[in-house]
Amino acid sequence: MSGHVDEVAIMDAEQITRTLTRMAHEILEKNPCEPSLSIVGIHTRGAFLARRLRDQLADLSGVDIPFGEVDISFYRDDIGARGIGDIRETPHPVVKGTDLPFEIDDAVIVLVDDVLYTGRTIRAAVDAIFDFGRPAKIQLAVLVDRGHRELPIRPDYVGKNMPTALPEHVRVRLIEHDGRDEVVLERGGREEGEA
Amino acid sequence: MTKRDLLSMDDLTRTDVDLILDTAESFLPILQRDIKKVPTLRGRTIVSYFHEASTRTSSSFDLAAKRLSADTIALKKSGSAIEKGESLKDTILTLSAYSPDIIVMRHPSAGACRLAARYTPASVINAGDGKYQHPTQCLLDLFTLRQTFGRDLDGMKISIVGDILHSRVARSDIAGFQMMGMHVTLVGPPTMMPRDIESLGVAVEHDLSHLRTADVIYLLRIQRERMQAGANFLPSLREYARVWGIDRSRVRPGQKVMHPGPINRGVEISGEIADDPDTLILEQVEAGLSTRMAILYRTIVGYSDSASEEA
Amino acid sequence: MAGTATQRLWCKRAAKADLLVKGARVVDPTTGRDEVKDVLVTRGRIAAVGDDLEPGGSAAVRDADGCLLMPGFVDLHAHFRVPGGEDAEDLTSLTAAAAAGGYVAAFGMANTDPVVDNAALLEGLAQRAQAEATVPVGFHAAVTRGLQGEQLTEMVELATAGAVAFSDDGIPLRDADLLRKALQYASVTGRHIAVHAEDRSLTRKGVMHEGAVSARLGLAGMPSIAESIEVERALEVAAYEDARLHVCHVSTAAALEHLARFKERGVPVTAEVCPHHLTLTDEAVVTLDANVKMNPPLRPEADRAALVAALAEGLIDCVATDHAPHCADDKEVPFEEAPFGVIGLGTAFAILYAELVGDGAIDLLTLVDRMSSAPARIAGIPQPSIREGAEAGFCLFDPGDTWTVGRHTLHSRSQNSAWLGKELRGRVILTVAAGHVVWDAGA
Repeated sequence: MSGHVDEVAIMDAEQITRTLTRMAHEILEKNPCEPSLSIVGIHTRGAFLARRLRDQLADLSGVDIPFGEVDISFYRDDIGARGIGDIRETPHPVVKGTDLPFEIDDAVIVLVDDVLYTGRTIRAAVDAIFDFGRPAKIQLAVLVDRGHRELPIRPDYVGKNMPTALPEHVRVRLIEHDGRDEVVLERGGREEGEA
Repeated sequence: MTKRDLLSMDDLTRTDVDLILDTAESFLPILQRDIKKVPTLRGRTIVSYFHEASTRTSSSFDLAAKRLSADTIALKKSGSAIEKGESLKDTILTLSAYSPDIIVMRHPSAGACRLAARYTPASVINAGDGKYQHPTQCLLDLFTLRQTFGRDLDGMKISIVGDILHSRVARSDIAGFQMMGMHVTLVGPPTMMPRDIESLGVAVEHDLSHLRTADVIYLLRIQRERMQAGANFLPSLREYARVWGIDRSRVRPGQKVMHPGPINRGVEISGEIADDPDTLILEQVEAGLSTRMAILYRTIVGYSDSASEEA
Repeated sequence: MAGTATQRLWCKRAAKADLLVKGARVVDPTTGRDEVKDVLVTRGRIAAVGDDLEPGGSAAVRDADGCLLMPGFVDLHAHFRVPGGEDAEDLTSLTAAAAAGGYVAAFGMANTDPVVDNAALLEGLAQRAQAEATVPVGFHAAVTRGLQGEQLTEMVELATAGAVAFSDDGIPLRDADLLRKALQYASVTGRHIAVHAEDRSLTRKGVMHEGAVSARLGLAGMPSIAESIEVERALEVAAYEDARLHVCHVSTAAALEHLARFKERGVPVTAEVCPHHLTLTDEAVVTLDANVKMNPPLRPEADRAALVAALAEGLIDCVATDHAPHCADDKEVPFEEAPFGVIGLGTAFAILYAELVGDGAIDLLTLVDRMSSAPARIAGIPQPSIREGAEAGFCLFDPGDTWTVGRHTLHSRSQNSAWLGKELRGRVILTVAAGHVVWDAGA
């Protein structure tokens, strides 16, 4: 982290919870009586959000929905900082592993991430899922869409549309990982937690 | 971007080693899948240049590269310009003209990989140089130990038995085992024990009487050329097998046996022990694949950024 | 028959120097002088050593405040690579390198291609030296024809042609009877036999000293006993024959023990040591840089310290460089594949002054004796001296000048120096050999 960072609150804990509830309703509306509906979160915060959505969906529908996690480390397009787009040294942390403990073939998968930005993470996650089978559909749910897409990718469920300037950063913090729930807009500082 | 070479275990910190082994672990599920391949190194070129015979190391690296979707080409000594007297420098300059990302290299002379790294912008991975270093063997051995005994190897006792003098595996392993806090004892005939090797902080024994106290017995291959007339490292394989060979009577239950391969049945290891499911020899071969995938991956993406959780 | 009067050094003719060096610290073991003086050179001879000297006539004046002025150095052991190895060194480059190192005479070994084993070849070399060498050079002749270790060379004829001594250096004299006969026969010529003491059955394929470092690097070792066993055997033979023996490049404390024992008994033996063995240890090999590969190899600190002490007390008589040029293509290979040998003429004094005199391990007068007077005595040539009437053969050294070891400072055709790329403090800035200015850093 470098320099002074300005933070502007976008969502608080209550708003996050309400938004997720709304998104759960939308998912059920769009997939009525779908027996092969499943939820897959993208490491790290997407997976926590996916867990919460899964719980909400279970409450609403009374059905247990299969849940998985996907780690995109081995599918990134910027490995060795040579990807299309911004060329820079990006961090490559310890891989947490992909866990998809259900049949992928013909599944309807709701892929969950915290912030939608360039779309590259989603592209990588879709590639990763396809190495496990051929799903019937993949839908995309994100808590925040900050714009600036670099690939033809569009979310099916959006918690909040948040138009941003390029140098700004959207940071999602979750209790499970960061000790509190909030979404903030940062001006300055290092680009992190977005893709 | 600075180039990362893996030339010697001395180039790696404990953090680097842990990161490589953690990464190797994360590749294991991929190797269990139907599609055992990830696009990670798609479009990358990996050249293997083996100036010395090798089957398992070169095929293990080749498969690791393919599992990561890299393009691979292999240059072997026989039939190549090397046989026609091309110098190491010229070979490396020629290979570099293909703009490889990584050169995996084996050479009969110590330090050859370090020298090669000076002549190429590609990352150089040492797959064995002279009798000096074989860092990827050491890393896969550590991975095998970790998968068998858990992450904490501190205080464990390992005895390396055999021809220490001519073994690059022993030299890399001593460094790696000590890095993990293991106690290393070298065992072998005095003719095959380097003078002053104790300076590395290892114990030296010339017979197997203390072998029972070891948690792990690591056997080295006895090479037949050591028996050539005039070499006089050993009078005969028969005598070696009798004095230093490992058979059932010399292994205590629970003791694990490792060997970098290829094994000489009936020389350093009895067939019975070689086939015992308790030995880790096949685990080492398996570990070679995921460990070398991790090494290739880390060579491209780097070691130092493990602290960051964000991606 | 002794033939000491024959010429042993040859060089080109050049203009004799007229020069006044003012205010240098004159350090001369031949006179015992160590004081600030002016030195006047007229027509290549030292005309005066005194205070406030005036340049007569056309003499150039050189202000040498803070510099050392010493008798020029004599190298008993260099590999000229002439004939047959001119891609690595020739007499022009060799003498340029020697001049820049403060040397006023150097003697080549006979392991050239072809081997210096007959008088005609040696006479040819002397002629080449007269055409190419700026610094006077001389030549060893081989002990055995073609260095084959079988048949003695025509030593009397070779001595008459100007051979300084006899040596199969590079290859040990394996056969004790041969060594004995060589010592007997060479005594007729008044020349000594210089031996490369190495038991090759022990060094085998070794590439460095056998010890903790070779154990770590997995390199085949050359045990110290490979040298000491051979030194002792050669000393036994020389003692039995009471013949002049010179031991080349001593590198081990064990060999020194034998040397001390036999010197005490009055055996007419001399010995030399190389600058790299006095200043580097086998730890340097961890770089696997081919420029620290030589034979005998770098030894551990205990040996190095013993060599320094032996040089200081005179057990070792002199410093010799074992200057062994190899072109870059031959040294830019893995350590094990590289040839043995490093160059040394350009760096010898600067290194020894910085490392040994600077440390107080040896005093300056003694070091100059070991590099100039002692080797001259062994070679049977006049000792370079800073006294009136002597032929000018001296060098001027600026202890404060720093320089980087490289192509442009070494002047050799080869750059295989153990100090390549290093910055050294202290530099030879002027050399006068055989009355000629052969090196002037300011020119």
